[in-house]
Amino acid sequence: MILFAALLAVLVAVALMTFRTVAGPTTFDRLLAANSIGNGAILIVALYGFLTDRPDFLDLTLTYALLNYVGVFAVLKFFRAGSEPDEQAEDAR
Amino acid sequence: MTDIVATIVSGILILVGAGFFLTGAIGFIRMPDLFTRLHAASLSDTTGMALILSGLAVHAGFTVAAVKLVFLILFLLFMGPATTHALAAAALAAGVKPLGAQRHAARKGPLKAAETARTIEAATAKRPQKPVSRKGKRR
Repeated sequence: MILFAALLAVLVAVALMTFRTVAGPTTFDRLLAANSIGNGAILIVALYGFLTDRPDFLDLTLTYALLNYVGVFAVLKFFRAGSEPDEQAEDAR
Repeated sequence: MTDIVATIVSGILILVGAGFFLTGAIGFIRMPDLFTRLHAASLSDTTGMALILSGLAVHAGFTVAAVKLVFLILFLLFMGPATTHALAAAALAAGVKPLGAQRHAARKGPLKAAETARTIEAATAKRPQKPVSRKGKRR
Protein backbone atom coordinates (compact mmCIF):
# COMPACT_ATOMS: atom_id res chain seq x y z
CA MET A 1 0.00 0.00 0.00
CA ILE A 2 2.75 2.42 0.99
CA LEU A 3 4.81 1.27 -1.97
CA PHE A 4 1.87 1.92 -4.28
CA ALA A 5 1.32 5.41 -2.85
CA ALA A 6 5.01 6.24 -3.29
CA LEU A 7 4.92 4.89 -6.85
CA LEU A 8 1.93 7.12 -7.61
CA ALA A 9 3.69 10.17 -6.13
CA VAL A 10 6.82 9.52 -8.21
CA LEU A 11 4.70 9.13 -11.36
CA VAL A 12 3.00 12.48 -10.73
CA ALA A 13 6.42 14.06 -10.11
CA VAL A 14 7.75 12.67 -13.39
CA ALA A 15 4.72 14.12 -15.19
CA LEU A 16 5.51 17.57 -13.75
CA MET A 17 9.17 17.23 -14.77
CA THR A 18 8.06 16.26 -18.27
CA PHE A 19 6.22 19.57 -18.48
CA ARG A 20 9.45 21.40 -17.64
CA THR A 21 11.35 19.36 -20.23
CA VAL A 22 8.91 20.46 -22.94
CA ALA A 23 8.49 24.09 -21.78
CA GLY A 24 11.98 24.88 -20.44
CA PRO A 25 13.26 28.14 -21.92
CA THR A 26 16.94 27.16 -22.13
CA THR A 27 18.65 23.93 -23.08
CA PHE A 28 20.02 23.59 -19.55
CA ASP A 29 16.50 23.61 -18.08
CA ARG A 30 15.58 20.74 -20.35
CA LEU A 31 18.76 18.88 -19.47
CA LEU A 32 18.18 19.30 -15.73
CA ALA A 33 14.60 18.09 -16.01
CA ALA A 34 15.68 15.14 -18.17
CA ASN A 35 18.23 14.16 -15.52
CA SER A 36 15.54 14.27 -12.85
CA ILE A 37 13.20 12.20 -15.04
CA GLY A 38 15.98 9.59 -15.27
CA ASN A 39 16.20 9.55 -11.48
CA GLY A 40 12.42 9.17 -11.32
CA ALA A 41 12.68 6.21 -13.68
CA ILE A 42 15.22 4.61 -11.33
CA LEU A 43 12.79 5.07 -8.42
CA ILE A 44 9.88 3.70 -10.47
CA VAL A 45 11.81 0.56 -11.41
CA ALA A 46 12.95 -0.03 -7.81
CA LEU A 47 9.49 0.60 -6.31
CA TYR A 48 7.75 -1.59 -8.89
CA GLY A 49 10.26 -4.38 -8.26
CA PHE A 50 9.49 -4.35 -4.54
CA LEU A 51 5.75 -3.95 -5.20
CA THR A 52 5.68 -7.20 -7.18
CA ASP A 53 8.13 -8.95 -4.76
CA ARG A 54 10.80 -9.28 -7.43
CA PRO A 55 13.75 -7.07 -6.36
CA ASP A 56 15.92 -8.47 -9.18
CA PHE A 57 15.19 -5.28 -11.10
CA LEU A 58 17.78 -3.47 -8.96
CA ASP A 59 20.55 -4.46 -11.39
CA LEU A 60 18.67 -2.46 -14.01
CA THR A 61 18.51 0.56 -11.70
CA LEU A 62 22.27 0.49 -11.14
CA THR A 63 22.94 0.37 -14.88
CA TYR A 64 20.37 3.08 -15.52
CA ALA A 65 21.94 5.41 -12.93
CA LEU A 66 25.35 5.05 -14.58
CA LEU A 67 23.92 5.66 -18.06
CA ASN A 68 21.92 8.64 -16.83
CA TYR A 69 24.93 10.53 -15.50
CA VAL A 70 27.20 9.63 -18.38
CA GLY A 71 24.50 10.87 -20.75
CA VAL A 72 24.07 14.18 -18.94
CA PHE A 73 27.81 14.88 -18.94
CA ALA A 74 28.07 13.94 -22.62
CA VAL A 75 25.29 16.37 -23.59
CA LEU A 76 26.82 19.11 -21.39
CA LYS A 77 30.17 18.62 -23.07
CA PHE A 78 28.46 18.82 -26.45
CA PHE A 79 26.70 22.09 -25.63
CA ARG A 80 29.86 23.68 -24.22
CA ALA A 81 32.19 22.75 -27.03
CA GLY A 82 30.02 21.72 -29.94
CA SER A 83 27.84 24.78 -30.38
CA GLU A 84 30.54 27.41 -30.80
CA PRO A 85 31.74 26.71 -34.34
CA ASP A 86 28.09 26.80 -35.40
CA GLU A 87 27.70 30.32 -33.98
CA GLN A 88 30.92 31.51 -35.56
CA ALA A 89 29.61 30.31 -38.91
CA GLU A 90 26.42 32.29 -38.31
CA ASP A 91 28.37 35.42 -37.37
CA ALA A 92 30.49 35.15 -40.50
CA ARG A 93 27.44 35.10 -42.70
CA MET B 1 8.47 -7.26 17.04
CA THR B 2 11.46 -6.27 14.95
CA ASP B 3 9.39 -7.06 11.89
CA ILE B 4 6.77 -4.49 12.88
CA VAL B 5 9.44 -1.89 13.66
CA ALA B 6 11.14 -2.46 10.30
CA THR B 7 7.82 -2.13 8.47
CA ILE B 8 6.97 1.13 10.24
CA VAL B 9 10.43 2.62 9.72
CA SER B 10 10.55 1.69 6.03
CA GLY B 11 7.04 3.04 5.49
CA ILE B 12 7.89 6.37 7.07
CA LEU B 13 11.14 6.65 5.10
CA ILE B 14 9.43 5.83 1.79
CA LEU B 15 6.53 8.22 2.36
CA VAL B 16 8.76 11.13 3.44
CA GLY B 17 11.04 10.47 0.48
CA ALA B 18 8.10 10.44 -1.93
CA GLY B 19 6.94 13.74 -0.42
CA PHE B 20 10.39 15.24 -0.98
CA PHE B 21 10.46 14.00 -4.57
CA LEU B 22 7.01 15.47 -5.27
CA THR B 23 8.01 18.78 -3.66
CA GLY B 24 11.08 18.96 -5.88
CA ALA B 25 8.93 18.30 -8.95
CA ILE B 26 6.53 21.11 -7.95
CA GLY B 27 9.58 23.34 -7.55
CA PHE B 28 10.49 22.54 -11.16
CA ILE B 29 7.21 24.14 -12.22
CA ARG B 30 7.10 27.03 -9.76
CA MET B 31 10.69 28.30 -9.78
CA PRO B 32 11.35 31.25 -12.09
CA ASP B 33 14.76 30.51 -13.61
CA LEU B 34 17.45 27.87 -14.08
CA PHE B 35 19.60 28.63 -11.04
CA THR B 36 16.63 28.44 -8.67
CA ARG B 37 15.40 25.25 -10.32
CA LEU B 38 18.73 23.69 -9.38
CA HIS B 39 17.60 23.93 -5.73
CA ALA B 40 14.43 21.98 -6.53
CA ALA B 41 16.49 19.43 -8.46
CA SER B 42 18.83 18.92 -5.50
CA LEU B 43 15.80 18.38 -3.24
CA SER B 44 14.35 15.62 -5.40
CA ASP B 45 17.60 14.09 -6.66
CA THR B 46 19.47 13.65 -3.39
CA THR B 47 17.11 13.81 -0.41
CA GLY B 48 14.04 12.26 -2.00
CA MET B 49 15.90 9.47 -3.76
CA ALA B 50 18.13 8.66 -0.77
CA LEU B 51 15.12 8.46 1.58
CA ILE B 52 13.04 6.27 -0.74
CA LEU B 53 15.92 3.91 -1.52
CA SER B 54 16.98 3.62 2.13
CA GLY B 55 13.36 2.85 3.01
CA LEU B 56 13.42 0.08 0.41
CA ALA B 57 16.70 -1.18 1.89
CA VAL B 58 15.09 -1.40 5.34
CA HIS B 59 12.12 -3.14 3.70
CA ALA B 60 14.44 -5.69 2.07
CA GLY B 61 16.29 -6.60 5.28
CA PHE B 62 19.72 -8.28 5.18
CA THR B 63 19.69 -9.43 1.55
CA VAL B 64 21.65 -8.85 -1.64
CA ALA B 65 19.00 -6.31 -2.71
CA ALA B 66 19.83 -4.14 0.31
CA VAL B 67 23.53 -4.15 -0.63
CA LYS B 68 22.66 -3.09 -4.19
CA LEU B 69 20.45 -0.33 -2.82
CA VAL B 70 23.25 0.94 -0.57
CA PHE B 71 25.61 1.08 -3.55
CA LEU B 72 22.95 2.92 -5.55
CA ILE B 73 22.43 5.45 -2.74
CA LEU B 74 26.19 6.08 -2.42
CA PHE B 75 26.56 6.58 -6.18
CA LEU B 76 23.59 8.96 -6.39
CA LEU B 77 24.68 11.01 -3.37
CA PHE B 78 28.08 11.46 -5.00
CA MET B 79 26.97 12.16 -8.57
CA GLY B 80 23.85 14.31 -8.04
CA PRO B 81 25.69 17.41 -6.75
CA ALA B 82 28.43 16.88 -9.34
CA THR B 83 25.85 16.94 -12.13
CA THR B 84 24.10 20.07 -10.87
CA HIS B 85 27.46 21.82 -10.40
CA ALA B 86 28.51 21.00 -13.96
CA LEU B 87 25.13 22.19 -15.24
CA ALA B 88 25.37 25.52 -13.41
CA ALA B 89 28.95 26.07 -14.62
CA ALA B 90 28.00 25.30 -18.22
CA ALA B 91 24.96 27.60 -18.05
CA LEU B 92 27.05 30.50 -16.67
CA ALA B 93 29.66 29.95 -19.37
CA ALA B 94 26.93 30.00 -22.01
CA GLY B 95 25.71 33.39 -20.75
CA VAL B 96 22.55 32.48 -18.84
CA LYS B 97 22.10 35.26 -16.28
CA PRO B 98 20.69 34.56 -12.79
CA LEU B 99 17.27 36.18 -12.87
CA GLY B 100 16.47 35.64 -9.21
CA ALA B 101 19.16 38.02 -7.94
CA GLN B 102 17.86 40.85 -10.11
CA ARG B 103 14.28 40.34 -8.95
CA HIS B 104 15.35 40.19 -5.32
CA ALA B 105 17.33 43.42 -5.69
CA ALA B 106 14.48 45.14 -7.56
CA ARG B 107 12.31 44.65 -4.50
CA LYS B 108 14.83 46.65 -2.46
CA GLY B 109 14.74 49.69 -4.72
CA PRO B 110 16.14 50.89 -8.07
CA LEU B 111 19.63 51.76 -6.71
CA LYS B 112 20.22 48.24 -5.37
CA ALA B 113 18.81 46.78 -8.59
CA ALA B 114 21.28 48.73 -10.74
CA GLU B 115 24.18 47.72 -8.51
CA THR B 116 23.24 44.03 -8.70
CA ALA B 117 22.81 44.25 -12.47
CA ARG B 118 26.35 45.68 -12.78
CA THR B 119 27.73 42.90 -10.57
CA ILE B 120 26.08 40.16 -12.63
CA GLU B 121 27.24 41.79 -15.86
CA ALA B 122 30.83 41.84 -14.61
CA ALA B 123 30.65 38.23 -13.41
CA THR B 124 29.40 36.85 -16.72
CA ALA B 125 31.55 39.11 -18.92
CA LYS B 126 34.91 38.22 -17.32
CA ARG B 127 34.70 34.57 -18.30
CA PRO B 128 37.26 33.37 -20.85
CA GLN B 129 34.64 31.64 -23.01
CA LYS B 130 32.75 33.53 -25.67
CA PRO B 131 29.54 34.36 -23.80
CA VAL B 132 25.93 35.10 -24.82
CA SER B 133 25.11 32.23 -27.11
CA ARG B 134 21.79 31.83 -28.84
CA LYS B 135 20.50 29.92 -25.82
CA GLY B 136 21.07 32.97 -23.64
CA LYS B 137 19.51 35.42 -26.10
CA ARG B 138 16.37 33.40 -26.62
CA ARG B 139 15.32 33.96 -23.01
